[in-house]
Amino acid sequence: MEPFTRVSAVGVPIDLPNVDTDRVIPARFLRKDRSVPEYSSFLFHDVRFGADDTERPEFILNRQPYRGARIVVAAENFGCGSSREAAVWALAAYGMRSVIAPSLGDIFHQNCFKNGLLPVILPAVVVAELRRQLHDRPGATLTVDLESQTVTGPDGAQHRFEVDAFRKEMLLTGRDEIELTLGFEAKIREFEARHSKEMAWAVPARKST
Amino acid sequence: MFEKIWARHVVAEGPGGHVLLYIDRHLLHEGTTAAFGRLARSGRSVRRPDLSFATADHYLLTSPGSPTADAETRGMVEALGRHTANQRILYFGVGDPRRGIVHIIGPEQGLTVPGITLVCGDSHTATHGAFGALAFGIGSSEVEHVLATQTLWQKKPLTMRISVEGRLGPGVGAKDVILAIIAKLGAGGGVRHAIEYAGSTIRAMSMDERMTVCNMSIEAGARAGMIAPDETTYAYVEGRPLAPSGEAWRRALAEWKALPSDADATFDREVQLAASEIAPTVTWGTSPQDALPITARVPDPMDIADPGRRESMTRALAYMGLSPGTPLSDVTVNRVFIGSCTNSRLDDLRAAARVAKGRRAVVPAWIVPGSGLIKRAAEAEGLDRVFVDAGFEWREAGCSMCVGMNGETAASGERVASTSNRNFEGRQGKGARTHLMSPAMAAAAAVTGKLTDVRTLGA
Repeated sequence: MEPFTRVSAVGVPIDLPNVDTDRVIPARFLRKDRSVPEYSSFLFHDVRFGADDTERPEFILNRQPYRGARIVVAAENFGCGSSREAAVWALAAYGMRSVIAPSLGDIFHQNCFKNGLLPVILPAVVVAELRRQLHDRPGATLTVDLESQTVTGPDGAQHRFEVDAFRKEMLLTGRDEIELTLGFEAKIREFEARHSKEMAWAVPARKST
Repeated sequence: MFEKIWARHVVAEGPGGHVLLYIDRHLLHEGTTAAFGRLARSGRSVRRPDLSFATADHYLLTSPGSPTADAETRGMVEALGRHTANQRILYFGVGDPRRGIVHIIGPEQGLTVPGITLVCGDSHTATHGAFGALAFGIGSSEVEHVLATQTLWQKKPLTMRISVEGRLGPGVGAKDVILAIIAKLGAGGGVRHAIEYAGSTIRAMSMDERMTVCNMSIEAGARAGMIAPDETTYAYVEGRPLAPSGEAWRRALAEWKALPSDADATFDREVQLAASEIAPTVTWGTSPQDALPITARVPDPMDIADPGRRESMTRALAYMGLSPGTPLSDVTVNRVFIGSCTNSRLDDLRAAARVAKGRRAVVPAWIVPGSGLIKRAAEAEGLDRVFVDAGFEWREAGCSMCVGMNGETAASGERVASTSNRNFEGRQGKGARTHLMSPAMAAAAAVTGKLTDVRTLGA
């Protein structure tokens, strides 16, 4: 996984609340391997492109200088709905490194951490102000710094955010989570030995089929 | 209850309040096949194939023989068959009468029982919480993590108790209850929470109805939703093929009876609803929170003070092709879908059949049972005859028109009365317009051709 330390980049404001992951990537693309070169075009596909796949000029990512954005500044409950990790893959394929919002869909939030994308939760008023600045000054940049847990807005104001110590460490190092967990093998085995006695009924009585 | 289950599954403590949580059941479907590929490429194998179970539901067509629409999706289903065979995972595949929607067959086979942790790479996994299990949806990376380690790093969520009290009126069911709850909480109201549904209304529900309620927890933002187990739960689980039996059953039952939340249990948030205030409900917009009683009118964005919310409503109405002030019962539909992990169980089919009986569908209407076994049970009761005689199409089990990924979609601009769980833009096909409702209400829409208060049909 690509580590995340500090990113300074153009921000794109997305004002609509409750942007669901079906909108981030429509279901018909979920069968596609994420390594295909056109993967980034699946991002927001049905609101980004019209009939015969031409760009819709009214969609913000189709406008310069937002086209080059690497940071999404979203509204409440961005990434709600389906658990599809492809929503994060499509954002990452486009080049997005961070999503800032007042709240995020829980599963989307977790999926971000697994793919080197930093989810940042800030108060609704702060996020609304960041979006306003990005509208007023198209192409304005923000800086997201994980080490110091700060977002610096286009106006230079710094906003501190909270991030779990565990997730912070994983993102800073880009460490493989499964590798880390396999280091707990002794503990898992110990737990299983105890659990299989205390909750023996929890193992399905599977007959060989 | 949440705390009790959580505490029994902590393998290790990590930094920042994260724990390594043990997973008792891992359910898989062909949409999660990619995780097997990554696992194999990294040279890892499935740690506990005996706790992993798979079926094919998302990408199959629900026409006879359950084929796939194209080579690409056929490849995904076949890959799942290969991976599960290699890893010795029990697979309810094509041709197996037990095959069906993953959240339907877990409970049906007795895999879903109280007190366990259960995950699946699907956001509607909270369905299994209806048994008093801690069940939640996970992403593809987490699927791979569970396959490799049978654990997940998790941070403890906040808790919320939603109490619904009183008796539901005629024509009002579990779907109306959960739509009313989502409308009250908002689509993001349950974010970072595990919900416990409680109260006399919930207690009076069958397991099929409780699963409908828990199923849509994610539509209020909550990853997990649960209901304390009771006699209704035990009666459902006892004797299921993979449920505990004999001495294991007696031990399990003793533990399950201690699971419900203690009288002095506290929750981070408490919400109350009165059953008497819940009417047959339909959605008018593009978020499940956009739900109103069928007797209401399409809302007017001009009545909304908040500019963001107003713009969002304007956009939703434009997509849905609706004008403010229109009575919801005047809205005509082009198609009806009765199915999905929300509403494809036997109770749902019975409710729809009561409305369909002796009437005639005036628009194309599909009935998609949740599993092969539900299909058989419904046929044994003669429900298939009721539907076919009323001009409905009786189909094979699968996710079908709920997910818009298998080839079964509505056309652009078509309006669908649907018992599924999401009315997002494009969910049932690019440009398709979805109105969510109960099976009885969907059947009523099928026989009248418009959104209809099922109570006016005397059902």
